[in-house]
Formats: sequence, C-alpha cells, structure tokens
Amino acid sequence: MSGTVASFDLIVIGAGIIGASCADEASARGMRVAIVEPGPIGGGATAAAMGHLVAMDDDPAELALAKYSLHHWEAFADLREAEFSRCGTLWVARNDNELAAAATRVARLNAAGVEARVVDATTLYELEPALVPGLAGGLLVPREAVVYPPRVANHQVKRAQSHGTQLYAGRRVLSLQRGGAQLDDGTRLSGPVLVATGCALPALLPMLPMRGRKGHLVITDRYPGLVRHQLLELGYADSAHGDADSSVAFNVQPRPTGQILIGSSREFSATDAAASPAMVQRMLERSFAFVPKLRELQAVRIWTGFRPTTPDGRPYLGAVPGASDQWVAAGHEGLGVTTALGSAKLMIDLIQGRQPAIDPAPYSPERMAA
Amino acid sequence: MPDRYDVLVVGAGPAGLAAAQTAAAHGARVGLLDAQPRPGGQVWRHDVRHQAPRAAREAIAKLQGVDVLASHSVVAVESSALRVETAEGGRLISYGSLILATGARELLLPFPGWTLPGITGAGGLQALTKQGWPVAGKRVVIAGSGPLLLAAADTLRKHGAQVLGIYEQAPAASVHAFARQLRHWPARALQAIGLRVRLAGVPYRFGSFVRRAQGSDSVQRVDIDTPTGTQTVECDLLAVGYGLVPNTELAQLLGCAMDYLGPHPHVGVDRLLRTSMGGVYAAGEAGGIGGLAVARLEGAMAAHIATGHSVAAHALAPQRDRERRFGALLARHFALDPRLHALGDDSTMVCRCEDVTLGDLNGFTDARAAKLATRCGMGACQGRICGTALAELGRFPRSGARPPIFPARLATLAGLTTLPSDDAYRGS
Amino acid sequence: MSAQVKLSVNGSLVEVPAGASVAAAIAQLTTQFRRSVSGTHRAPLCGMGVCFECRVQVDGVAHVRACMTPVSEGMQVITDA
Repeated sequence: MSGTVASFDLIVIGAGIIGASCADEASARGMRVAIVEPGPIGGGATAAAMGHLVAMDDDPAELALAKYSLHHWEAFADLREAEFSRCGTLWVARNDNELAAAATRVARLNAAGVEARVVDATTLYELEPALVPGLAGGLLVPREAVVYPPRVANHQVKRAQSHGTQLYAGRRVLSLQRGGAQLDDGTRLSGPVLVATGCALPALLPMLPMRGRKGHLVITDRYPGLVRHQLLELGYADSAHGDADSSVAFNVQPRPTGQILIGSSREFSATDAAASPAMVQRMLERSFAFVPKLRELQAVRIWTGFRPTTPDGRPYLGAVPGASDQWVAAGHEGLGVTTALGSAKLMIDLIQGRQPAIDPAPYSPERMAA
Repeated sequence: MPDRYDVLVVGAGPAGLAAAQTAAAHGARVGLLDAQPRPGGQVWRHDVRHQAPRAAREAIAKLQGVDVLASHSVVAVESSALRVETAEGGRLISYGSLILATGARELLLPFPGWTLPGITGAGGLQALTKQGWPVAGKRVVIAGSGPLLLAAADTLRKHGAQVLGIYEQAPAASVHAFARQLRHWPARALQAIGLRVRLAGVPYRFGSFVRRAQGSDSVQRVDIDTPTGTQTVECDLLAVGYGLVPNTELAQLLGCAMDYLGPHPHVGVDRLLRTSMGGVYAAGEAGGIGGLAVARLEGAMAAHIATGHSVAAHALAPQRDRERRFGALLARHFALDPRLHALGDDSTMVCRCEDVTLGDLNGFTDARAAKLATRCGMGACQGRICGTALAELGRFPRSGARPPIFPARLATLAGLTTLPSDDAYRGS
Repeated sequence: MSAQVKLSVNGSLVEVPAGASVAAAIAQLTTQFRRSVSGTHRAPLCGMGVCFECRVQVDGVAHVRACMTPVSEGMQVITDA
C-alpha cells in the first residue's frame, strides 16, 4: 500500500460517534467518503458514554444543537442495534428551591420545543418508588431516551460502507497535509479532511485547545424495574458545567437489559485511566443518597472515560482556522452522543456550502483564533 | 480482627495454607483470605460427607496464629490494601507483603449443547459433589483432559455415582508415555496406582472427546468421538474439563507482569516468586499450573521471602524446580487436540452470561471490539469462561482486567463497612 | 454423619447436611437454576464461584451464587426456572 494515493470527497478521521455520524451523513448525501480509525469503532469516549439522549438547557447554543439532534435520533428508535429505550429523563428536586428552579427550566425547554413538565412529590414517587423519601418533586422530560453508543457507531459505519465509504481500519493518520492526510502505512488520502478525533484532537490540530475530562461509570447486574427513568439531580448542571477540578452528581440509568448504569464523576486533572477508588466512592455515595436500595446491588464492572472538553464547553464544528479544506467536529464533552446527529448534519451542510438548519456561529472554531 | 497484616495471603488452598503457616511461624501477623466458606481451596475442598485427606487436615489444623478470613472475596485493589467483601459488609485490609495463592480454574470449551443443565466441569462436578450435590445412582460421563478426570471420578464414585466412563482427549500413546515417566515421581506413581485401583471397572478411554450433548430439560445423551468412531452414551450428568488455567485477575489489577506459555497468562515471577510489583509474591498455580506439590513448596517459599528468610526460600528452590518439571510433563502429554478448537459451530453459545454465539463473533479479531458490538464478556463472569475459551480457540486474547475483580455490592465499592439489612433488593 | 439443615427452595422444604451449598440443596429439587438472557435454563457449570451460572435469589437478595453460599436453617431460596 506504500505510497498509494486515493482520492475522496471527504476524509473523516476518527470513528467515534461524531466521526461515524459525519461519515454516515456524508455518504448518504452521495459523497465519496473515507473514514480512518486506528482502534475499535466507537472505542473511545463513545464506548465509555452512558448514551443518554438529553437536552441540557443552561446554554442556548447547546440546547439548539441538542433539540436539532434529538429530532434525528427518532430515526433510530426502531433500530435493534441502537438499543433505543425511551425511558424519559426525571430530574429530581431535593427541596422547594430546586423545584422552583425546575419550573424555570421547564419554561426554557418548552420554549425550545422540548416536552417537559414539573411533577409534585406524589407523582415523583409513583414514577420512581425507589427514590429516597423526602424529595420535593421533579422535572419530567418524557420523550428522552437512551441508546448504546458503540453499536450505533458501528451501525453508522456499516451503513456508510454500504454507500461506498472506504473504512481504513487499524490505520492512523500521521499528519494532515495540503489537500489530504498521510496514513501510517504509507497510504496518502487526498481530499477535504474532517477531524473528529475527540480527546486526541491536539495531535493533528494543536491550535485548538482540548482537555480530557475523566469520568467513572459503574454498571450492575440485572434488576429490571428497580429504576424506570434516567434519574439525575437538578443540581447536575453545576457538576457538569462547573469548573471544579473534581465533582460528582447523581445520574442513574436503567439499561434496556435491566442493568443499572451509575454515574457520574468529572475530573480535569486526572490523566490516568485507572478507576479511582475515592472517586467511585464519592459517586456511589451520591447515588445512595437518592436511591438507597442501590447499596445492595451487585456491580459487574467499573470503567472510566475521557470527555473531550473545550475551554468554553461548546464543541468545535466548522472550518479549521487558517486552513483550507480542513474541518473539525470535536469537543462535545458529555453531550457527544445526544448532539452527534445534529453535529453531522450541520458539518456536512457547511462542507457542502449549504445553510445549516441551525445557526453554526456559536460552535465555530474561529472563536479560538480570536 | 485487625485491618492490617504483615503478610496477607490470598487463597486458602495448598499454596496459601503453606504460606500462611510458614509466615506465622516466622512471627509475622498473617491474614489468610478466601472467598470460599472453608479453607482448603479446590483440591482440598471440604466434603460434607467424607473426611478430607490427612495432608489437608494437617495443613488446616496448623494455622495457629493465622487469622483465617473465610468467605472474604477480594473485589478491588487500593494502595497496599485490598478491598474485600463479606456477607456482613466490606473491609479494607492493608498489608506489608501480599502473597497471591489464587490457584486455578478449569478450562471449559464450548461444544453444541454445553449450556444444558447437568453439564459441568470435571473439577466442577467434583466440587459440587463435595458440597452435597446429589449424585448417588446418577449415570455420569467424565470427559476432557488430565489427571483431574480420575480424581473427579474417584470422588463421584465415593458419593455413589455410576461413572460410565472417563474419556481422555490425549492419545493412548501420550498418556502411556506420561505414565512411564511417573517412575521419577514415586509418590505420584503410588497416588496414580491407588486411583486406578479404586476406579477398577471404570472404562478409561484415550483419544476420545465429547462432540455434542443433547437433552430437553437437562443432558440426556452425549456423542463421543473415539479412535474407533462415534458412540452415543445415555447419561444423567456430563462432567467435562480440559485442564486448568491460572487465576490472574487480582495480579493483573495489581499491575503484576504476566507471562504466557500458551494462550493463557500466568503471573510472572522470578526464581524466588517475586512478581514485578514490590512486596507482591505469587505461589502455586497462579504462577503456572504445577500441581499440589509445587503449590505447597511455593507457598512456603513465598512466605520465607516475604518475611526476610531468603536462605530458607533458596533451600526449597531445587525441590520446587523438580516438581515444576512435573507440571511441564503434564502440559506436554495432555496437550489439547486441535480438533477441540472446532467443536462449536456458529450457533454454539460461547458467552453464557450474555448469550453470544460463536457465529456472532465472526469477523472480530479483538476482544474489546467484539465486546462493544456483541456484549461478549460483559456479563457477571467478566469473561472468565468465554474470554478464556476464546483465547484457547485462537480467536483473540481475553481483554484486560477491570475492577471489581468479582461482581461486588455497590456498598462495598463505596467503602461502606456494614449494610442495613432492610434495604436488600427484593427482586422485581 | 453431620447434622441436617432445613431450608425452602421455591416453597418446598429441602433437607441437606450442614455445610452443604445452596446449589446442592436446589439440586435435590431441580437442575434449573436461572434463565439466561435469551430465556434458556441454566445450572451450575464450574462449581467454584467463577461462572455465575448458578445465580439465584437467597433470602430476598438477587444474583447470589448458589455454589458459594452455605445453607442455613430456614433459608428461603428462589430459582428463576
């Protein structure tokens, strides 16, 4: 293969959920696509993710992207590989202050076209009898769902391949070059490049700052019916979007298998992939405070992952500053699965010179060049 | 009981018992952990109906000064400490030195019908029988490979089972060559002769293996490939095991380097049983399948070293080396027939926790990619059965160890020391 | 001979020697311990706590390995068969 040149309309680098979505979208529009992935498809942050499709409303730009993307996730609702489960999201309020704040969030979500409503304590316990007594109520987002991200990414890559996409599996891009990319086996790919390598972005695009924000997850054996909705504390956004070096939040998900997935933790300074007993303890104690029955359940596995995080928390979606025919889609932090499909449509619109359905300006990588 | 020991021994089989006893004799404060409710490990497992062998009784009786921490399951590794789980709750036990005597498990290979109730490992049925599993009057086929098949048959007969036959996959010439070598190990020769006498009348067939099992609710008949053709045998129980593989999960989580002889890892140790991690030693099967005598010698050696008595450890090394050669002899003469790698077809289950078939894994060359796409190895056994089988079959190596070492209560992982009993999950 | 222990398996009274495992007690009644995720019956395979095929509910706690659990007087065991 050494020295071979192959030419494409788009070379997608990285087959996580973002790269896979972009390759899927581009090939569906008839583009000749290459996708390069050195590891398993969906094997990075995609594999570590919870797969919760959720609209976060604290940043209008994130909400717009999420709303746009959630609409397209509906096309996956009946796909076996997606393991799509419409469990809804139930945000839990510990006290009347949090419940009052929930009303504000409902208004924001409704304004964005997301169905959501405040529930009182009686309804809360009807919905989730395992919650600890004494909670004030909650915020129910009934149409939200969970998926199994690595299988979705696999499906997207397969579908892209069925539309002619060339998968360079086990291959790494050594460098971006004018009009293409150089692979580690000597192959040169020519065409516009889209870098979707998440936390690994700085290796190819060092001018775009990116940090890995470590998270832990624990999954249990099967306990069907114990938890029915994706449960989060209303204070979650403080952990997710705060700047604290480490934080935990109550975030528990019923998998379609009956297993329970327990999160979440966030750490900026941790670079070691090993599970940290102290963080696991903090995270689990937080979950027990909301669902005491969790204590007795059998954990099958603990893992960690790194969320690709930009300085302002918004993804980079657009042209690489100062380069021609180089594009970037990366840095979705904890919302990459939710926003993957919308990000892909927006990206391919930009690459094809079309007007995207939502305003792309907030995600433009140009903001880092300023 | 204290939560810190000078020497903490994991595994109360022959290696761990010898290690604990030796370390205690040197005056160390010793803890001996085992997930099982009684010491003895697998080979000296407590039998509810029959007395244990004398060596086992003596080894267990000599544990003065040792804290025997039975029903203690190691779930995670912390800094110079192990997080363990008991029925009552979790504990963090710290150590000065750690001796891994985690033993081995059976190699179990997929074949059509192997998920039927009534089909167990060979050592598996032996263990269950000692636990009181009803085998009296049952027609049992024993198959697989290695001397464990004879030991299992012996236990089953003692408990009243009707052993229809022992089917050894190794060819007759290989087993006979092995038997001739036994003259160099007189104690083992005597043991073997004793077994053969007690098993008089039980057919022992070579070059034979179970190709398929059938039954409705549980196993009813098995097809056995023999050098003279296929025979079908009606039975109530099938016990089939293809030898042993070391338990290395704890060592891997500690960061100890692994060595490989074939497709399965064992803990890498130097001549004095030091692993690549300071203060961590491995004795017995964990460091490579060697058998009972190796286990007892290495347990003592590891304890000598861990307590600073290197002269005593060096003194045992030549004997240990000699016994290790017996393990190598076993591996050579009972090497698995490549046909055993092809028993399963595309519809044969390989991951029994998540019901993934061999066919589901076609095209995958990497355990992690296969796991993400098919759930293979994601279940409660954490890939101990399927991952080991797939490595043996040459598909791909098992993926690396992740905590917890065994499924554990969330409370244990959260460091809670006790559990409120009224919060138990009552099913759906 | 050792003392006997009485326990309940799926509502039936079972008597086994003290020190026996829950797996052995269940086997007096049935060889079907759990249903696999695709619904087939499963029973102990390894006998030593490794394979998790023998998981049952013991005194209200789900996913207990029957082969690792000694019987006790009055224990309530439920299989998923």
